[in-house]
Amino acid sequence: MSRMQNVVIETVKTALGWVPAQWLPGGTPDPLIERRVALGRQDSRLDGPAKVTGLARFAAEVPMERLCYGALLHSTVTRGRIARLDTAAAEAAPGVVLVMTHRNMPRIGTLALIGVSDLSAVGNSSLPILQNDEVRYNGQVVAAVLAETQEQADHAASLIEIDYAVEAAKTRFDDAKAAARTPASILIERNHVLVGNAAQEVDRAAHRVDNLYRTPGHNHNAIELHAVTVAWQGETLLVHDATQMIAPSANALAKLFGLKKQQVRVLSPYVGGGFGGKGLWDHQVVAVAAAKLVGRPVRLMLSRESVYRMIGGRSPSEQRVAIGADADGRFNAIIHTGYSVMPPYGACPEQYTMCSRALYNAKSFEIVQHHVDLDIVPNTYMRAPGEAIGTFAIECAVDELAHQMGIDPIELRRRNEPERHPLSGTAFSQRALTTAYAEGAQHFGWERRLAEPGARRDGEWRIGMGCASGSFPYARMPGAHVRLTLRRDGTVNLSCSAQEMGMGTSTVQVQHAADRLGLPVEAISFDMGDSALPAGSMAGGSSQTVSLAAAIMAATEKLTGELLRLAGNDSPLAGLRARDVQLVDAGIGDVADTARHESYRSILTRAAREEVSVIAAGSPPLEMLKFAMHSSSAVFCELRVSEVTGEIRIDRLLGSFDCGTILNPKTAASQFKGGMIMGIGLALTEETLFDARNGRIMNATLADYHIPVHLDVPEIDVIWTGIPDPRSPLGARGIGEIGITGVAAAIANAVFNATGKRIRDLPITLDKLL
Amino acid sequence: MNPLSYHRALSTADALSRAGDGAARLLGGGTNLVDLMRKGVERPSALVDVTALPGTIEATAEGGLLIGAAARNSAVAAHPLVRSQYPMLARAILAGASAQIRNMATVGGNLMQRTRCLYFQDAAASRCNKRIPGSGCEAEGGFNRYHAIIGTSPSCIATHPSDMCVALAALDARIHVAGAAGMRTIPLVDFHLLPGDRPDIETLLAPGDIILAVEIPPSPVARNSAYRKVRDRASYAFALVSVAAGLSVREGSVEDVRIAFGGIAPKPWRAFRAEAALRGGPATREAFEAAVIEELAGATPPPEAAFKVELARRTLVAVLTELSGSDR
Repeated sequence: MSRMQNVVIETVKTALGWVPAQWLPGGTPDPLIERRVALGRQDSRLDGPAKVTGLARFAAEVPMERLCYGALLHSTVTRGRIARLDTAAAEAAPGVVLVMTHRNMPRIGTLALIGVSDLSAVGNSSLPILQNDEVRYNGQVVAAVLAETQEQADHAASLIEIDYAVEAAKTRFDDAKAAARTPASILIERNHVLVGNAAQEVDRAAHRVDNLYRTPGHNHNAIELHAVTVAWQGETLLVHDATQMIAPSANALAKLFGLKKQQVRVLSPYVGGGFGGKGLWDHQVVAVAAAKLVGRPVRLMLSRESVYRMIGGRSPSEQRVAIGADADGRFNAIIHTGYSVMPPYGACPEQYTMCSRALYNAKSFEIVQHHVDLDIVPNTYMRAPGEAIGTFAIECAVDELAHQMGIDPIELRRRNEPERHPLSGTAFSQRALTTAYAEGAQHFGWERRLAEPGARRDGEWRIGMGCASGSFPYARMPGAHVRLTLRRDGTVNLSCSAQEMGMGTSTVQVQHAADRLGLPVEAISFDMGDSALPAGSMAGGSSQTVSLAAAIMAATEKLTGELLRLAGNDSPLAGLRARDVQLVDAGIGDVADTARHESYRSILTRAAREEVSVIAAGSPPLEMLKFAMHSSSAVFCELRVSEVTGEIRIDRLLGSFDCGTILNPKTAASQFKGGMIMGIGLALTEETLFDARNGRIMNATLADYHIPVHLDVPEIDVIWTGIPDPRSPLGARGIGEIGITGVAAAIANAVFNATGKRIRDLPITLDKLL
Repeated sequence: MNPLSYHRALSTADALSRAGDGAARLLGGGTNLVDLMRKGVERPSALVDVTALPGTIEATAEGGLLIGAAARNSAVAAHPLVRSQYPMLARAILAGASAQIRNMATVGGNLMQRTRCLYFQDAAASRCNKRIPGSGCEAEGGFNRYHAIIGTSPSCIATHPSDMCVALAALDARIHVAGAAGMRTIPLVDFHLLPGDRPDIETLLAPGDIILAVEIPPSPVARNSAYRKVRDRASYAFALVSVAAGLSVREGSVEDVRIAFGGIAPKPWRAFRAEAALRGGPATREAFEAAVIEELAGATPPPEAAFKVELARRTLVAVLTELSGSDR
């Protein structure tokens, strides 16, 4: 992320500031904001029956002739070289087809790192994969075995003997801080932000808080393990993958193996949970290379331990938040700085300061992130990367300040609610966080909270309430394409390489297309999960829904023009132009005169066409640069803490969301709740135990890495303002990630309210409360 | 997992002959052993499945209970006699693992559970005196929040992970063992060994021995008993501290008391010293405090487990206070 990038992005933003909003995407609000039939309905997921009955086929389930099974061996040291490698016993083991190490792995280049400059770059690590004898982190893949059965492969992998020449490794966060890098930009934002003299303002403020907050590393734990089933068919490559980025993965694999784009087909119709972890990692590359060497199809499903060792998670962080406020509680200064890990071969900057740029007004700001370089598996995107842990720091700090000043924390937030983006001064496209707070507080019964900590008891339990804001930026990906095919029988097929990780991608877009085209949902089908289809956007940054929606909008416009052309002069529509008509009642109608209408069936029949098919891409997402577009939320928590043991039991959790139009309340509630449950883990239980002595993750199992279990999760209530965003397709903003944001702070703030103890180090385990 | 043979024993004699010199491992529900085999911690060349051996639960002539080693944990926890006579045992079992695991796990297997020390489980990369005597201990100076605060040695600070065994220790259970030399019984409190300089030797079982049953004597004090487990999440986590206790109070004095701790020692930790200090004395919070302080006086916790001394004290005092009825 270069200084040049800052200049380019800021120039574009400035230029867009002069462009009238109506010239830009979203300039005219999407008519479907007002006109909803299927959208907004609680439709069940279209893929539900297939999943419940086991018919949905995941990457590790695709049957193939002559399949062989892969197992990986991971480095047990952190930094060094392979000094001795003996694969003889493994090669001689029963059923073994191939032992692949850096000695016989085909020579390939390295993956381009995922980033904002090249959307086809999707690598999570730029380290060479089995290309040399060098080890850069503990858990790095050093060998792969293929065998006739999984058990034979696993056993043979255990027979490979390796001695390492160990070199000194960087494994200690605190030691590495001194050499931390300060990048020029974080994603598309300038990293170091200075407005006024925040340090001085904090010092002079009537009220101030200034503390360090620490969050540990986290690992991905999707139910479905990472898996690929790979087959070379002549010179083409077929990859059944579990991925959030189908089209870019196909491009990246083509580039890596010297193939044309069309020679690689990535299929991923179902993904059993992604959360940012299901990208392109070493295992797909190893499987493709190994399949090439043996001339047979290969299945490689990672063990749970392998997921911990070679798939990065959330970076640990140390964040300083200081807030200065005047006597009325108006913020004079916000300082949010800190350190997180990002090795030079990694791609994810863990943008924890993003939330503090948009949540509050302040007279002065100082914001900057530093990257610590450690020898570790590169961290990656994990549900609300940045915001999940950033909101913990800033939202605890606000609560601390409110307590210190004797102001209700919601009131303190209200007094600092910005009308325009606090840093850029651009207008918010839509923002109703204050409404979300008011509605949330009412539903939750916030007025029953006692401001004094420890004032409510029930036997040995102390009861507390807390709240916090969540925040997540709107994003729409450029370049999402969709094919729209209208058939003479009045049915429509949509297709593109979109991803379904369980959130209801096809369900919601079918609802959307039905309303867009004036058809019932039964008339729409959606094919996806295949790179042979027009390239959709990746599923990340809570952006897929609007990215696909914009593509469908564009395709519909193109289709309308095509249909009007076909309708010709014998149609009741004769003479009308695209801007004069709307798609309604399974056909095209004049906006001004509802009597003028012709059905799709009639148009196609008369034109003697079986179908009309168009491909279109969504408009460039310039609205993101013209407006400040953020989703926000108010999270409420009530919990109890045992005075005897320090155990925490969450009794109630409520999320009040302001995320634009909610397209399907059923799938949306599921997204919100899932995010909030992950927030419970972030607050109370999850922690990667990274042994700094040797750089090794020590709890690489679901028994030892604690995600919340059912008994940890209370009834979760979810409400939303539902106020449309006039600048986005469908009036919607992303909802996949915001659910986790703010939750850890709401819980920590409730713990403080219950006990008077302020815990700034996550997770809040009981020993911290004794 | 290495190649191995599997045999399902249909009689004790069959199992004994197969268990032979100890090269084979006995397989109960497999909920721990199979995990360890997958990790390469256990590498048996032969498995002898003993789940077809007796798993009945029946009253003994003297009014106690005899539980076959193959009894599933869930069956023991649900048994009416266990629930009425030994409530702490039912609660201890239900506090452990998950429903699915309890349905598989056997009583004999539970007694033979091995520590969940992260370094013990990491055969690929970590040194461990329990796996390889003399190789060193990485838990000392590493992650040791789940580790023992009492009964440890310089060679090993790992805890015994069982919940069930903590209740059995408090209940004076005896283990019926068959071996080359015939039948014998071992008190549960003696069955598990402290690590000393041989942490690899975990029980009194000799190679080839087979656990046949667990016998629990009649225990009036157990009718007023409880098991409290303190852990990092509400379910499916090992104990940081657990307490099994039974208490009978007459006219304000402790008539009888049984106490055992889990999560704080290399074996289910029967608190004999605390019991002795309490027996015949006043059933007051102060007396409970004093007794637990005496019990844990020799605690030498590793850095991350230092909080367990205080947590054990608080938990025991809370349990005894509740059992004494003095908080009502």
